[in-house]
Amino acid sequence: MQATTKNHAQLSEAFIADEPRTDWHDETLWFVRSKRDKAVHQVPEWELLREWASAIKNHTLSNLDNYLVDFERNANANGVVVHWASNASDHNNIVLKIMRDNQVKRVVKSKSMLTEECHLNPFLIENGIEVVDTDLGERIVQFRNEPPSHIVLPAIHLKKQDVSETFHEHLHTEKGNNDPQYLTEAARQHLRSKFIASDLAITGVNFAIAETGGFVVCTNEGNADMGAHAAKIHIACMGFEKIIPKLEHLGVFLRLLARSATGQPTTTYNSHFHRPRNGQQMHIVIVDNGRSKQLGRPEFRNSLKCIRCAACFNTCPVYRRSGGHSYHTAVAGPIGSILNPNIDMRANADLPFASTLCGSCSNVCPVKIDIHDQLWKWRQVLVAEGYVANGKKLGMKGMAFVLAYPKVYRIAGKMGRWVMRVLPFVTNNKLLNPWYKQREMPEAPKASFRDWYRKNRGGS
Amino acid sequence: MKVGLFVPCYIDQFYPQVAVATLQLLEKQGCEVVFPLNQTCCGQPMANSGFANLAKGCDRNFVENFDGVDYIVGPSGSCVLHLKEHLHDGNNEAKATYIRQHVYELVEFLVDVLKVEKLPSSFPHKVGLHISCHGQRGLHLSSMSELVAPPFSKPEKLLSMVKGLQLSKPARMDECCGFGGTFCVFEEAVSVKMGKDRVGEHAANGVEYITGADTSCLMHLEGILKRQGSTVKTIHIAEILNS
Amino acid sequence: MSRASILTAITNNKPSLVDLPIIDINAVIQYDDVVAQFKAVLESIGGLAIELNNMQELESEVQAEKAKGHYIINTLPELGEVDKDLATQVVATLETVHKAYLRGAIAVAENGAVWLYEHQMVNRLSPFICQHLVLVVEKRNIVATMHQAYQHIDAGKEGFGVFIAGPSKTADIEQSLVIGAHGARSLVVYLV
Repeated sequence: MQATTKNHAQLSEAFIADEPRTDWHDETLWFVRSKRDKAVHQVPEWELLREWASAIKNHTLSNLDNYLVDFERNANANGVVVHWASNASDHNNIVLKIMRDNQVKRVVKSKSMLTEECHLNPFLIENGIEVVDTDLGERIVQFRNEPPSHIVLPAIHLKKQDVSETFHEHLHTEKGNNDPQYLTEAARQHLRSKFIASDLAITGVNFAIAETGGFVVCTNEGNADMGAHAAKIHIACMGFEKIIPKLEHLGVFLRLLARSATGQPTTTYNSHFHRPRNGQQMHIVIVDNGRSKQLGRPEFRNSLKCIRCAACFNTCPVYRRSGGHSYHTAVAGPIGSILNPNIDMRANADLPFASTLCGSCSNVCPVKIDIHDQLWKWRQVLVAEGYVANGKKLGMKGMAFVLAYPKVYRIAGKMGRWVMRVLPFVTNNKLLNPWYKQREMPEAPKASFRDWYRKNRGGS
Repeated sequence: MKVGLFVPCYIDQFYPQVAVATLQLLEKQGCEVVFPLNQTCCGQPMANSGFANLAKGCDRNFVENFDGVDYIVGPSGSCVLHLKEHLHDGNNEAKATYIRQHVYELVEFLVDVLKVEKLPSSFPHKVGLHISCHGQRGLHLSSMSELVAPPFSKPEKLLSMVKGLQLSKPARMDECCGFGGTFCVFEEAVSVKMGKDRVGEHAANGVEYITGADTSCLMHLEGILKRQGSTVKTIHIAEILNS
Repeated sequence: MSRASILTAITNNKPSLVDLPIIDINAVIQYDDVVAQFKAVLESIGGLAIELNNMQELESEVQAEKAKGHYIINTLPELGEVDKDLATQVVATLETVHKAYLRGAIAVAENGAVWLYEHQMVNRLSPFICQHLVLVVEKRNIVATMHQAYQHIDAGKEGFGVFIAGPSKTADIEQSLVIGAHGARSLVVYLV
């Protein structure tokens, strides 16, 4: 993760400075949103499915401790080793210890937002392990030493020219050949050699099934399977909210996931892992890292229903125009803006404000998380906890005072209109007034409605 | 039927013609309309910025002013939604509750309560409809593109009664304009970019006016249009329906 | 101990118990013709479904492929000799597989997916590492949606199982769809 002290507003201003590229980013993600719309309209019971998924997750959260214990017991019976990690550092150390115990040097990894959240890659690399991300988008950003900008489409901020340059540098592809087919083929050849040579594969987990102790990993590329089935050791890392009670519930979630994410009827590979193959070790690391704290916040706990489809990213008019890196966290977008303040309020105090509260995120969410309402509620918490700049606070107090007292309001309004009419340079100042930087101020009328009403309808 | 006219603060100060049109429109429909002179604001600017606790004075003032009417009607979806969701008054909670349940945005009041089926209005222009998020996703003034549900639109229903009006809808029919309350200044760059994109789509459709049920969205779009030197104008739906 | 502290924190912080919903499969979409639906969806995601009258037609294809000198995996006795070393084959050798012929247990009309049990792949890598994949599914084993699919299979019975829907693909470069990311470059499903 890039260390940054800039906030979302500053980072997005820098992103938007390249307007044609911003337009391209917006349109590319809108295209994904449109594919999603088309796919969900093929399913007449779509809203019912969302309702079921939400209810299954709500139930699961209300019985999570028991389901996790069931899951562990069943996984152990299947010959799978289960580990528990309270935080990112525990998680990383558990993974490293498995590697050290088995003298592993080379690791392939399929997409796992949890490992991004825990910053596993830099930790392993510091400890002398070669880590190769095998999802194409993740490999691209790994070569570029950038974090993913999107949880489903990690390199969506890049154009094919950027990828071509990166591959030319790292994979010696032809300079200037920007054909996605050609570039993907180069990555296929490169990564197949890595799959064959690696000792250990790390995957994420999309769903973990309490009743069987198994877990499901969904990919389109097949990289999780290439890695896991070729390696002698498979480690699957999961946040504890990935639990679902029964196999039959996959029928609900797998109908929702890919349609919401990319508009596909399903991901190409929905792989169900239950037992290691002969001679293989299989490990599962169950991670808390702030999740139990979020579970204890009644207003925010249902953010733990998230299945990481990123539909809220693709529909968000702010995300589409500010890019994933403007959120400066592993999980960006609207869902990230309600998850990250739980992990670090100070560092992420800007994120709940990076929204117009338009509500589109909540509407596309396949598990019906009330994302935009939670953004609003986080704002209240962040102000109450003192994480909002003093200038904003003073302005708000002034505004609250004026609006609470009708007489003050009338005088202030008159002053405001008078000032704007007579001294337009006071407010028409691009430095002092962010509104005026790229927008004209509304023309101040001679009279307020109140004045008109008194004059035409009487009253005082 | 006694209707309390709720005129949001920025409409009172900057867009009095929207309030006049709303008042006249309601009166033409036979409502007895009162305008409580000591009203100020719904409290949304503070609450959406995380300062809901500072809006208490505003809330108290609102409840005092709108006590005793059958309905409260205002020409702003966003302010009305805020009242419906967040208006409370510890000393007068019963009155606050009545207001929350009887406050309407103008379009929904005309369609759902007054059940308006025809209007004598005429507006012979090509008009682009901007759907405001709070009116749509909050007050359900129209169906939402994200959901698998039957389509409907209350503003379109009313605009279809206006003689000569040629309605134009953008392809991204319910994309946010980027106003977002204080978002428009604290996230200035994204806010303006969103507004420019909305304006661009309407302009490409060759509209003369952009209309909507939320003056705040229109104020933002108007600011951008004027800066661009565009000939496209903004107009509140109440002004069209009252024309 | 992380385990104990995590579980205690969850116990303390979880909301009071809410019920599981009742999943009413009767409320879910039905298709007049699941075969036609399956074929149409599979084609839309880059695969191909072909109805087959008898296995002999396919047997000659397998023999022809083998005759070209390609490394062909066959796991179906009806299609001729089956590979005996497949279960224990080393990865580097499997990487050279040109085409794999495997049987699938069921197919799903709504999304073009085919379920394979581990015993049907013989080696877990075989459906992924081959350049081209051919699956054989009985027509009577096509179900409408994933709900019925999970009623028909026992997804936790074997160590591994997978739904495969179409060939391997990616759109990670500018959302341009490319078939053949890491797994099979093509998928044909024969319906018998």
